[in-house]
Amino acid sequence: MAETISRALRDGAFEGEHAPALSIKDTIHTPLGSFVFNHILTQLTSNILAGKSQSRGVVLVALTRPPSFYAELLKNKGFDISLSSKWLRVLDCYSDPLGWKNKLMERGTVRNPYEETLLKTSLCKNLKELDKVLSSIVELGKEIVEEGKGRFAVAIDSVSEILRHSSLPSVARILSHLRSHDQVSCIFCLLHVDLHEAKVAATLEYLSTMHADVEPIVQRTNGQRSASEDLPMVEQCFKRGKFHVRFKRRNGRVRVMREELYVEGSSIKFKEISSEDGMTAQSLVPKVQFNLELSEKERLDRAKVVLPFEHQGTGRPIQIYDGRKSLNESEIEQQQASVEKPQTTEDSGRGEIIYFRDSDDEMPDSDEDPDDDLDI
Amino acid sequence: MDNSRPNLLEEALVEDVIGSVKTQKRGRVVVVEDCVETSAAFVLHHFLKRSLQPDSSDVVVFIAFAHPFSHYERILRKMGCNLAVQRKNQRFLFLDMLMLECPDRNGGEAKDDGLLTLYGEIEKAVEIYSSLEGSRTITIMIDDVSLMEVAANGSSNHVLDFLHYCYTLKAKYGCSLVTLNHEDIYSSANTLPLILQLEYLADVIIKAEPLATGLASDVHGQECKDDYAVLPAKNIMAKLWEHRCNRPKFGF
Repeated sequence: MAETISRALRDGAFEGEHAPALSIKDTIHTPLGSFVFNHILTQLTSNILAGKSQSRGVVLVALTRPPSFYAELLKNKGFDISLSSKWLRVLDCYSDPLGWKNKLMERGTVRNPYEETLLKTSLCKNLKELDKVLSSIVELGKEIVEEGKGRFAVAIDSVSEILRHSSLPSVARILSHLRSHDQVSCIFCLLHVDLHEAKVAATLEYLSTMHADVEPIVQRTNGQRSASEDLPMVEQCFKRGKFHVRFKRRNGRVRVMREELYVEGSSIKFKEISSEDGMTAQSLVPKVQFNLELSEKERLDRAKVVLPFEHQGTGRPIQIYDGRKSLNESEIEQQQASVEKPQTTEDSGRGEIIYFRDSDDEMPDSDEDPDDDLDI
Repeated sequence: MDNSRPNLLEEALVEDVIGSVKTQKRGRVVVVEDCVETSAAFVLHHFLKRSLQPDSSDVVVFIAFAHPFSHYERILRKMGCNLAVQRKNQRFLFLDMLMLECPDRNGGEAKDDGLLTLYGEIEKAVEIYSSLEGSRTITIMIDDVSLMEVAANGSSNHVLDFLHYCYTLKAKYGCSLVTLNHEDIYSSANTLPLILQLEYLADVIIKAEPLATGLASDVHGQECKDDYAVLPAKNIMAKLWEHRCNRPKFGF
């Protein structure tokens, strides 16, 4: 499923359409969203380097992690950082988002507050001016594609951080501007849902074509923040999570997929939801006195039932049973019974619906037209 | 309790065992959370003592919002660590912020300035310490984030800005950051983001909670540590243990 996301981001935007957008959401109970973000980033990067993707490079907006973190991450994944200027630009909104370091440097309090990194970065000194951020992203992207017709991808490592400095409408505006920009191939971002009101997550969902939710394996019912009561569960939640993805497809359909993700080393792996969990879910259903499920025999019997009208058009005359037997029908039946006796033994395994009409007052169960208003 | 066993706080913070080689963990963000019934101030004292051990050259920058220097000096002296001497030796920098106030309630600029100046002082100190010879870990400790919020006229966003800048020192200088906050004062849904934000950015979360069975004379509470290292996520674990409070010595 994570591959499906990567494929969608790789294929990019169609001519004249908005770029596909992925929003990754997590909560503090299972804070694995950044792992998913890093996974998607490295997948996209390897697609770009293999020349398979529509985008030629990535503009990474770093808000919660320093550029050096991403340099380390890409290096660990086996990418050559020294050549990264061809396919990666980092807009560094982490080091000095409010210009404090710049001010201190001007005052002479500190000498060189900025960290050096191997990646090609551009520093953002005022995160509150989103228009400038937007134009920096576009400029950096154009540097990668070099004034050609090529496209670039945009990755935002935390929308939550931008929302701390700006209002929701202005954030929505830059996201939708980026999506409709004719040089943007795809866009993906991370949001910590529990830091914001519900409307923020909803707004972001409207703006994206794919949502990936990282959810805890077991939902806490009481919503308690106290962790010590169920430490084994807390431990599990930090290691594993449910990965729930919704794709809004171009034909308007929505496809929902579920997978399980777990942390391994410094990255995450995805796997099918294990039957083990299914079993636990089943055993969690409270014991009830009546059967919720069918036995094997009941299942077979049910499968044999021929539903009314199911035999229509299979060579026999169409008979619509209305609860009454007409005289000539019973005659025909008797004739048939004598002719088709061997067949009935063959059919003895077949189930049937037994229906007794209660009285003549009951409306006949047929497709005749009691009040004559149908045009049959 | 068995004192020879390495206690979990130290295991998480100070040493990271990779194979058989012990390497110093550099730059960890530790969030300590407590509540009225169980104060976690002892965790700060413990870290302070640990960093100022005579055999290391680590430096602590302590930003005090809750108690004056004399308070910490008294406690640490009982634990066998003389803060006044460490202060003279340039290993302990105490920034007294008890009187920090942001005078203008409405002016955004003035509000920024108090915390901006404080940040300037911290970064200047860190820059000087890291330029000195020898390898050392610089730990920045804040003894009460909620009182910092009070000093910033209740604006949690400014506190978060300030803390964000402190985190940036982790990337450049490998500083560790230890903050103490009270969880129970953020129990209403509106103010939760501050504590959640800190938890999202943390490598280690330490919580002190009262025992479910009530308070006992020697066992004061239980501690819970959620350790999720961000880049090498191998240390994801959560453990529980009890700490005994035999004043003046703290055992686990």
